[in-house]
Order: sequence, then C-alpha cells, then structure tokens
Amino acid sequence: MPLSDWLKHRRQQLAGDPAGKRTVPGGIWSKCANCGETIYQRDILENLHVCPECDHHFPPSPDEWVAALLDKDSWRQTNSNLTPEDPLGFIGRKSYKESLAAAMAVTDGHEGIMTGHGRLADRAVYLGVMDFRFIAGSMGAVVGEKVTRLFESAKDERSPVIMVAASGGARMQEGMLSLMQMAKTTAAVARHSDAGLPYISILTNPTPGGVLASFASLGDIIIAEPRAHIGFAGPRIIQQPLGEELPKGFQRAEALLEHGMIDKIIHRRDLRNELAGLLGYLAGETSSKVGATR
Amino acid sequence: MTRRFYMDFEKPVVELEHRLNTLKEDPLAHEPDIHKEIEWLEEQIEKLKLRTYSNLSPWQKVQIARHPERPRLAAYIKEITSDWRELHGDRAFRDDPAIVAGLATIGGRQVVLVGHDRGSDTRDRIRRNFGSPHPEGYRKAIRFFRLADKFNLPLVTIIDTPGAYAGVGAEERGQAWAIAESLRTLTDLRVPVIAVNIGEGGSGGALALGVADHIIVLEHAYYSVITPEGCASILWKSKEKAPAAAEVLGLTTTDLMKMGIIDEVIDEPLGGAHREPGVVFRGVESAIVRTVERLLKKSTEELTTERYERFRRLGVFMEPAADTDAGENAR
Ligand SMILES: [Zn+2]
Repeated sequence: MPLSDWLKHRRQQLAGDPAGKRTVPGGIWSKCANCGETIYQRDILENLHVCPECDHHFPPSPDEWVAALLDKDSWRQTNSNLTPEDPLGFIGRKSYKESLAAAMAVTDGHEGIMTGHGRLADRAVYLGVMDFRFIAGSMGAVVGEKVTRLFESAKDERSPVIMVAASGGARMQEGMLSLMQMAKTTAAVARHSDAGLPYISILTNPTPGGVLASFASLGDIIIAEPRAHIGFAGPRIIQQPLGEELPKGFQRAEALLEHGMIDKIIHRRDLRNELAGLLGYLAGETSSKVGATR
Repeated sequence: MTRRFYMDFEKPVVELEHRLNTLKEDPLAHEPDIHKEIEWLEEQIEKLKLRTYSNLSPWQKVQIARHPERPRLAAYIKEITSDWRELHGDRAFRDDPAIVAGLATIGGRQVVLVGHDRGSDTRDRIRRNFGSPHPEGYRKAIRFFRLADKFNLPLVTIIDTPGAYAGVGAEERGQAWAIAESLRTLTDLRVPVIAVNIGEGGSGGALALGVADHIIVLEHAYYSVITPEGCASILWKSKEKAPAAAEVLGLTTTDLMKMGIIDEVIDEPLGGAHREPGVVFRGVESAIVRTVERLLKKSTEELTTERYERFRRLGVFMEPAADTDAGENAR
C-alpha cells in the first residue's frame, strides 16, 4: 500500500477508534507499517517518506519525487495527455477498462509513469517516475511510449536521463503489445546511450519483470533504494528444488549489490546530492545550461 | 506410423487411425469387403482431421506448440542447414545448453544461428532445462550476436522456449540484466536479423532472441506476454483456467499478424508440424533464404532505422490534444 493510502487508512482507523485518537495539534501519530513504531506523521513526510525509526523507504508519489530531486519550479511534465486503450478487449476477473478507470481515479492523469524535464543542481535532466499505484506500475503502451519519447527527447536535447523505476512488469492486459514495449524502450535507451549521453536508473521497491528486463537495468549507473525488492521473477514462481527456502535477503538491493548487479545503494535523503555528483562526471558533454527551461 | 502421444481433442482421430492400422495389418486386408472398409475409414479420417484441426482454439494451439513430438531446434539444424559448426560458451560462467549457437550455411548463404534448444528426449530435455535459459544462456547468445555483427554475417534466431528460467541462480546472476542486454545488442546489430518462432514464444525469454527485422512464426506456434497458466493463476488463482487465459491473451498467429507483431506465418500440415515435418522444414528454409536475400540488399543505415521503427510503432494508445504541454508534444 502506498504511504499516502496507508496514512489515509490509518487516519480513518484512528477517527473511528476513540482509544486510538492520539492526535496532537498540527498533526497525528501514525504507526510505521514496517517497524511498528509510532511516528509523528509530519516527521515521515518531511523525511521523504522514510521512517525515521527504521529507515524503511515508503513510496512517494511522482510529484513528491520531483520535489525531492529537482530544483524548485524547474519541472515541466510532458506527454501527460497519453491515455491507454484496451487493444484486446481484455476481460479477466474484471475488465481491463474497469481496472483502468479505477487506476485513473488514484493518479493524476499520468498513467503508470510521469515524464518530463527540469533541472537538478542547475543541470538540465529528463526525468521519468513510475507510479506503482497505476495497475502496479505495469508497462503497457502508454508507459512504453512515454519512456521512449523521454529518451528520444533527451537525445535530441543532449540531456541526461534519470529514471525512478517501480513496476510490476509487463501489463498482461495489453497482451503481446505490452511485451513489445520492452524492445521499443530498449531501442530508445540504446540510441540515447550511443549518443554518449548518461542515464542513471534508480530502482525502488519493487522493480521486477519486464521493466527491469528492459530499460530499468540498462542505466550507465544503477542505484537502488535500501531493501528494495528487485528481480526478474516474482518470489512465488522461483523454482526451488525439494522445496528449499529462498536465501535470506533474496532479491533485495543488498543482495544485488553483493552479486554485482547494481552500482550502489543510496538512502533517499542523499539521492539528490549523489545524482548531482555523478552527473558532474558523466554529463560534461551534455547541455548543462540550455535546453530544459523555456 | 506409431504415435506415442496425442492430445485429448485428437482422440477420435487417433482411435480411427488405430482401427485403420489394425485392418491394414489383417491378413485378409485384400478381401474386397475389408478393402472397402479401409477406403471408407481413410475418407472418414480425412474428414475428421479437417474438422478437428482447421478450427483449433488458442489453447489447442498452445498444446500443439508443446507437443512432445513437435520438431525442435536440433531437427531444424539437421534439415535446413549444411556445414553446421556448433560453438559454445559465454566466456564468463558456463555453457548453457538451453541456448545453442554456431555457424551454418542455409541455402548456400553463411549465417550465424542462435536458438533455444529444449532437447529431444527426456535426458536431453533435462540437460537443456526444457529450453529455459539462465543468464549465461543469454550472454552466450549476445556473444554470437556480436560475432555476426563483426563478421558481417546475417543472424538467424530460432525461438522456442516456455520462458527464461526463474530460479535462485538465475536471479543472482542477473536474469533481467542479461535479457535487457540481449535486446539492446539486437537493437544495434548492423546485419540482417531474422527470427523464426517454431513453437513456444514465452515472454521476455523469447523476446530476447526476437528483436529482428523479420519475424516468422509457424502457424500453431504461440507468442505471449505470459504463459496461459501464469495468466490464469493471476486472474483466477487457478492453473486449470489456462484455456480461458489463452483465449484472452491474443497469442495465436492470427492475432499476432493483426497487431503487426509478426511479419510472416508458415502453414503447418493438418494436425501440426510433427505430422509432416518435411513440409515445415522446407517452408522455414525457403522463408529464411528469401528474407536474407531481401534484407542483404539494404544498407546498414536502412536496416537499423527500419528495425527501430518496426518496434517503435507498436502499442495502442490515445493522444488527445494536450492542453498544458502542447508545445512539448509537438516535438
Ligand atoms: Zn519504521
């Protein structure tokens, strides 16, 4: 559950439960879903949705990500008018159309990813932030197209790309057209990369499946958030001989670092500075002063 | 012909065929009455086959694609290539037998051939992990993609996998990274890339060999974003609902052609490739030869641009006129 929903849920719980009413002026107390500690709500919000007690990284909304990473008022969203279709007329337990309508209601029109550009420490960057709330951040045609356009525009503007990934993988409800987004986005990443431009991928909790097996794992530098769950296959379908248990910390960022699959794990509060520092080395040839601002 | 395996929906055909064979083996088979009966049965079998196989459901096609007697990579290599020289290894971890790679001559044309190999008998299937590659399999494939590029040899890939392997080792060695790198390498390849799906096209594990200029698929082969079983267990918490999932996924060659995902379908004999493999081998061989010749006329620039555009245009979405960021979208 995204933190905002969790907080809302928690608020409702508290409202209905006199014993739980522990609001103080200017805020309320909430219980961390990870460590169980009771935390002043404003503390966790000011801490970029990281629990001050246990450092658990809860998911910010795309808007909050933009605020956390980019220079104030530099953000311009692009392609927010792209909306999904139902190419197969897919009907599972419920119809894809119903799932889309429900997902639209929780997000602000950006589908499974919000894309755009802005400035990070006064350097033009193109930024994509996936939204797990939209059908688990799965990649259908809209996500594929927006990622592709992001890399194409960044290539034209000779700008770096930063991608904050969070996804359930390919969007099954769009069938093979969704799988093809892996090829399409990868090709766009390749062209951006072949032009000598930097791409930093940030893997957040969770990033499995087709998104990881395409653009998300192709960063020049791959950063993961602490304890983020990252892997190709979901833990439930991992085949284990003789019913052995999965190794401790399996598919967590820390294990991936040990196995050499990512560059580093960065705490969210340090991310902006880290990105600025890295781009200082990688983005020398890119447009640092022109491009993004209009 | 002895058949060791048949699918439920084939049972009536198989039973009639069995009766026919028994009659034919009868010492009195030449007696006019029995001869008549044989002729009548042969006629009935043809009619029944036509009825059974000309209207296969998506799930029945999936079953044919998985048929134990369906010709697999080794048979194609034997039948459509000459001077086959298998080469091994990813130069990093191990040789994954789920991916077979080498140099071959097809129709007089030298090519690099890379394919999924799911094995030919039980022991071989186990050794090849039923055609489900580990990351080292994809890294082996990438080695040969680069070899094709360096030595200017067309690349032919043969797709036939239930999917990339989902296991602890595969995860620890970066299955997703290996697949992404495979996609990326094919994207940039400066030589013609032709993919032939001869059976199962299981999701990303199949796509890793499928970023091609021309994608050929056998009539009853399937290509899907998720296995029907996987889809069924997500949607209805039951693998038993796989036939219903196969219906909604749009995984048959008819669907795939309509969506522009594949470029060419090769007809299979009534009942599937295993019934008359020779016909299918010839069909695949001539399609590859024809396509290689056509693509070799293109410049490197044309090849890579057209490959980019081929995948670039896939995906259905709406783009109503933008309000706030119209300027951005015009770019
Ligand atoms: Zn906590």
